[in-house]
Amino acid sequence: MTPGVALLLEQLLNGVQLGVTLFLLAAGLTLVFGIMGVINLAHGSLYMVGAYAAAVTATATGSPWLALLAGLAAAALVGMVVEFAVLRRLYARDHLDQVLATFGLILFFNEGTVLLFGRQPLFVNVPEGLRGAVRVLPGVDYPVYRLLIIAVGLGVALGLYLLIQKTRIGMLVRAGATHREMVRALGVDIRLLYTLVFGLGALLAGLAGLMAGPILSVQVGMGESILILTFVVVVIGGIGSVRGALFGAVLVGIVDTLLRAYVPGLLRQVMAGSEADALGAGLASMGVYLLMALVLLAKPRGLFPAHA
Amino acid sequence: MTIHRRGLLASGAALGLAPIAASSLSRPALAQGAPLKIGMITTLSGAGSYIGADIRDAFQLAMAMEGGKLGGAAVQLLVEDDGLRPGQGKQVAERFMKNERIKLLTGIVFSNVLGAVAPDVLDAGGIYVSPNASPSNLAGKECNKNFWSIAWQNDSLHESAGQLATNLGQKRMFILAPNYQAGRDALTGFKRLYKGTIAGEVYTRLDQTDYAAEMAQIRAAAPDGVYQFHPGGLGIAFLRQYIQAGLMANLPMTLAAPSMDATTLAAVGDAAVGVNLTSHWNSDFPNEPSKRFVAAFQGKYNRMPTFYAQQSFDAALAIGAALKGTGGKVDDTEAFYRAMTPAKFESTRGKFTFGPNNHPVQDWWALKVENVAGKPALVTKDRVLTDHGDAYSAQCKF
Repeated sequence: MTPGVALLLEQLLNGVQLGVTLFLLAAGLTLVFGIMGVINLAHGSLYMVGAYAAAVTATATGSPWLALLAGLAAAALVGMVVEFAVLRRLYARDHLDQVLATFGLILFFNEGTVLLFGRQPLFVNVPEGLRGAVRVLPGVDYPVYRLLIIAVGLGVALGLYLLIQKTRIGMLVRAGATHREMVRALGVDIRLLYTLVFGLGALLAGLAGLMAGPILSVQVGMGESILILTFVVVVIGGIGSVRGALFGAVLVGIVDTLLRAYVPGLLRQVMAGSEADALGAGLASMGVYLLMALVLLAKPRGLFPAHA
Repeated sequence: MTIHRRGLLASGAALGLAPIAASSLSRPALAQGAPLKIGMITTLSGAGSYIGADIRDAFQLAMAMEGGKLGGAAVQLLVEDDGLRPGQGKQVAERFMKNERIKLLTGIVFSNVLGAVAPDVLDAGGIYVSPNASPSNLAGKECNKNFWSIAWQNDSLHESAGQLATNLGQKRMFILAPNYQAGRDALTGFKRLYKGTIAGEVYTRLDQTDYAAEMAQIRAAAPDGVYQFHPGGLGIAFLRQYIQAGLMANLPMTLAAPSMDATTLAAVGDAAVGVNLTSHWNSDFPNEPSKRFVAAFQGKYNRMPTFYAQQSFDAALAIGAALKGTGGKVDDTEAFYRAMTPAKFESTRGKFTFGPNNHPVQDWWALKVENVAGKPALVTKDRVLTDHGDAYSAQCKF
């Protein structure tokens, strides 16, 4: 295999890995956004909660399994408490109120984390046995841990599909989204259902956060930078559509990674090195927003609009 | 002056004026025989707080080792946090100069804070002795007789790394830095003394935390070595991902001193073994003043001093030498300049002189991360540059 093709494959894997991380966040966000009608800016904070809980547990116990449990439990629990204490009062309000309240939550969580853990980032090691790289194709070595993230992300996608399309709870979720009053009239506790949906979204955000921990540094505000990309994913995929979240996330992940990898190189053929690099870095970070604009031009409701 | 005040008021309103107002009662000027006040503005909160703590502690150590004096003159150190906010640093400086009648200031860690504070201090006829940040403008066109850098001119960090990569025989280097002023300066500085070819030059985003795409590019470019400058947490994330991608084993990494201080090393751990870097000082320097400093610092604070601590310690010694020459006075800046210029102090770096722009002319050393008694530590190797000044001193006219 030529080096150029190997590089392209590796970058594609990087894109998919970023994509599934985004998917885990976007799935929760799009469910809450599309089904409950709430804009939750604090979704990134749940990602941070998962990462911190796992990092602290991993440092204290040294067990990756306990860290996994702690991260998931903390994120889901915090998510449900937030839904119960704050968001429940906002369902009937307009989006501006929701944005204000959830922005307040971001500040609350960030400052709270500073008080508890300080500003120094925490570091977690990749679990033993998942370190190092494996040869996926001739000439293409890829870190095992990142492959695991891809596998987990795709597994979650399949699980969510089955949950929403094939189970009774999924049926209630779908019904609750379109005919809230009718579901309530039939005697279903819609508020409990919403709390559970929110908890599930929080759990997925926490999963994304705890898996990102060993790669990135676990620090205050880690959720905000990825939240913006997550919103792009939700808009591209179609609000409320989990399938759209999956395709949107992988698309955004691949486009962002490939632009970062190849645009400076292409520009360098037509202009001086350092200018090309600076301009390329700028263009690459704009790329996903251009993509979003293009998608919205062609399909104003996203790639896979949820049936309304 | 009025514009100045207004600016201060505006930033004061934004940042909360309460603590300033509480202490704004004017105090009497220096009474005869009272200790000389030195104002220290440094970063004691936020991600860079450990640097400020080292600078404060080392300066106080130098004073304590002379029984509360520097160069035979009794001194009093006033320490304030700038919170890594230029506006806050400016306010503290204003208060130090107006209310405390302080003429001699020091302590700032970050160039952006220094950029806001230094002009105020120098315009008001004060003296600033920098234990760390030394941006190019203050070394070149905007140099000032009353601005002294004890650390290095910022570019030297990267120039020495470029020289080290050349010395190590790395013919093709892949270089990376975030796309902002200090990042672009870093790569420019590196290329100034690096003699090989650049296999790839990549600017990352300052808010980036995942470097997978860059790792793939590095591997595809198949260079002899990698140079990267990513400050603080970014650098730790970059290093860890470099290790995870399996690059550390085959591709030596060269760094500038701030990318691998004792704190970063503790966060990265064993995996950093083998990294090359350059520095003007290291805790294992064999000269007597350095040994005394390291032992005293460890004895008093129970931790290893970083090079930031060493710079601050040297700053205190340099000030002491100047005070000895002026009889403990700082009112006559011309006399202070004459007493400071010869740098008559026992530097922990072994030798230390000032260039024509009041910036250090000094040797740079190669360091390597090695396992010492089971723990990764920075070990000094060969000399990389001898009597190295900076590229801007020619533009400096006092």
